[in-house]
Amino acid sequence: MAEIANPKFLKPVRAADADIGRALAFGADRPLALDCGRTLTPFTIAYTTYGTLNARRSNTVLICHALTMDQFVASPQPVTGKPGWWEAMVGPGKPIDTDRFFIVCANVIGGCMGSTGPAEIDPATGKPYGLDFPLVTIKDMVRAQAMLLDALGIQEILCVVGGSMGGMQVLQWAASYPERVVSALPIACAARHSAQNIAFHEVGRQAIMADPDWKGGAYQLAGTSPAKGLAVARMAAHITYLSEASLQRKFGRSLQNRNAISFAFAPDFQVESYLHHQGMTFVDRFDANSYLYITRAMDYFDLAADYGGTLAEAFRGTRARFCIISFTSDWLFPTSENKLIAHALNAAAANVSFVEIATDRGHDSFLLDEPEMYATVRGFLGSVAANRGIA
Amino acid sequence: MANGLRSDLAAIAAMIPEGTRVLDVGCGDGALLEHLARTKKIDGRGLELSQADVNASVARGLSVVQGDADTDLEDYPSQVFDVVILSDSIQQTRNPRKVLGELLRIGKRTVVSLPNFGHWSVRLELLLNGRMPRTRALSYSWHETPNIHLCTIADFVALSRESGARIERALALSTDGSTREMRPDAWGPNIFADGAIFLLTRN
Repeated sequence: MAEIANPKFLKPVRAADADIGRALAFGADRPLALDCGRTLTPFTIAYTTYGTLNARRSNTVLICHALTMDQFVASPQPVTGKPGWWEAMVGPGKPIDTDRFFIVCANVIGGCMGSTGPAEIDPATGKPYGLDFPLVTIKDMVRAQAMLLDALGIQEILCVVGGSMGGMQVLQWAASYPERVVSALPIACAARHSAQNIAFHEVGRQAIMADPDWKGGAYQLAGTSPAKGLAVARMAAHITYLSEASLQRKFGRSLQNRNAISFAFAPDFQVESYLHHQGMTFVDRFDANSYLYITRAMDYFDLAADYGGTLAEAFRGTRARFCIISFTSDWLFPTSENKLIAHALNAAAANVSFVEIATDRGHDSFLLDEPEMYATVRGFLGSVAANRGIA
Repeated sequence: MANGLRSDLAAIAAMIPEGTRVLDVGCGDGALLEHLARTKKIDGRGLELSQADVNASVARGLSVVQGDADTDLEDYPSQVFDVVILSDSIQQTRNPRKVLGELLRIGKRTVVSLPNFGHWSVRLELLLNGRMPRTRALSYSWHETPNIHLCTIADFVALSRESGARIERALALSTDGSTREMRPDAWGPNIFADGAIFLLTRN
């Protein structure tokens, strides 16, 4: 295990003076045992931290990122130069207060922002892994994060928090490491990926694999990039992150840079142009094979399945405090799915709060300015910290 | 009112032992839970129908779940709470008998407070004016009331016994905030008390 001074990303770092985070290399002495039966070694975990670990090592907040996010929670993303994806939530005086808490966020295993994933070189062959990279699961991602925290000398997590796929990791953390988790804050997620969600992911994967430049996953060797396929995957997925009401409000049937429909297939409508933009900017910062692997990890997630089919068993005997947040217009991870988690936690006699926030902005609400979400996170985290005597 | 707490809640709070695990069903804005957490160091949880109340409670650091007493109590395992509280809500449930049964199952002790529909002013209003009664404790018009299953103290005593509950304590409640011990079967409180608080255990 060694610290890597300059974590490697797919694309050059935009801003020379940007904080590009850190990375730890885990050598042959620390292999990562995966659910699929294979072992990943050596491997790297890229991560960022904010704030200061207190003397008792008791103020860690672990943030788990969603499918296409990364470890740059509250600092500029080095590839795009854009602000961190949760800057409104994380920072000095913010709900996840960097003045009080030590925040850790790691790029998931299988990702493409410095942690080992399919775009990295397989030391066994000297070539990029491509499809030789083992299938990883949400549990594998969490196992790797636990190894990172071990290496950082952190046993206790004051709060593990995340939205969407990050929420899945939060639930997995609570189930896998109940003795380490003081509190858990899953947002807009589910304890299992639904048929509809698997279906949408499969559309995205097929779009990538149908791109001739995908080359059976070996596009790096071929010197191509399945950008068209990946962009279509992103466009389809992006629709699921919004809501009918928000699309209607934002775009309606408004036309893009024209006064009348063109009777052709160039993007007439603003909503088309918006989706094209989403797709095009995504391919600049994300690896197509990573997208295949991470969507698969979400599809495979079914927490209850590991516990005899009863979700409550995953949380049996837990002493952690839970707070679940859902959004009324989220049809990807609807309130009903979040409520199932609350019901299971009640059945396990766990200490649980459940908040549903009214908004028409769909699944993406957890990334947006939602004052009620901030108030909930601030209140919950503040109460948990007070109970642990954290100033 | 003690500590700004509603009078029936203050009387209920006085019944809760320190350091216990408490579920407040229909916890409203969480005032009782917050009071108990502060003064008695309880491990408190709440169940509340109103999402706005739930969100406000969680933002204040309380553990509250949005849910419906009529349907969501089934999730909780048996005898996991030292005390389960249902304050001023049983008359708003669709199936009071089922809800009471669940409370007795979940909690080692159950505290129920309710308005008394047997109060003399209720009886008089109906007798003399022939109108659905509106009183200090029951201020809604018949067409807008959330109180769909009102009962008298005697009615609740009967339901408790039918549900296999033992009445450990009973307090007669006045809207001025005063309480006094009563015998469950006494006829006086059923006419003169604005409400009542019962401490129940399962037989």
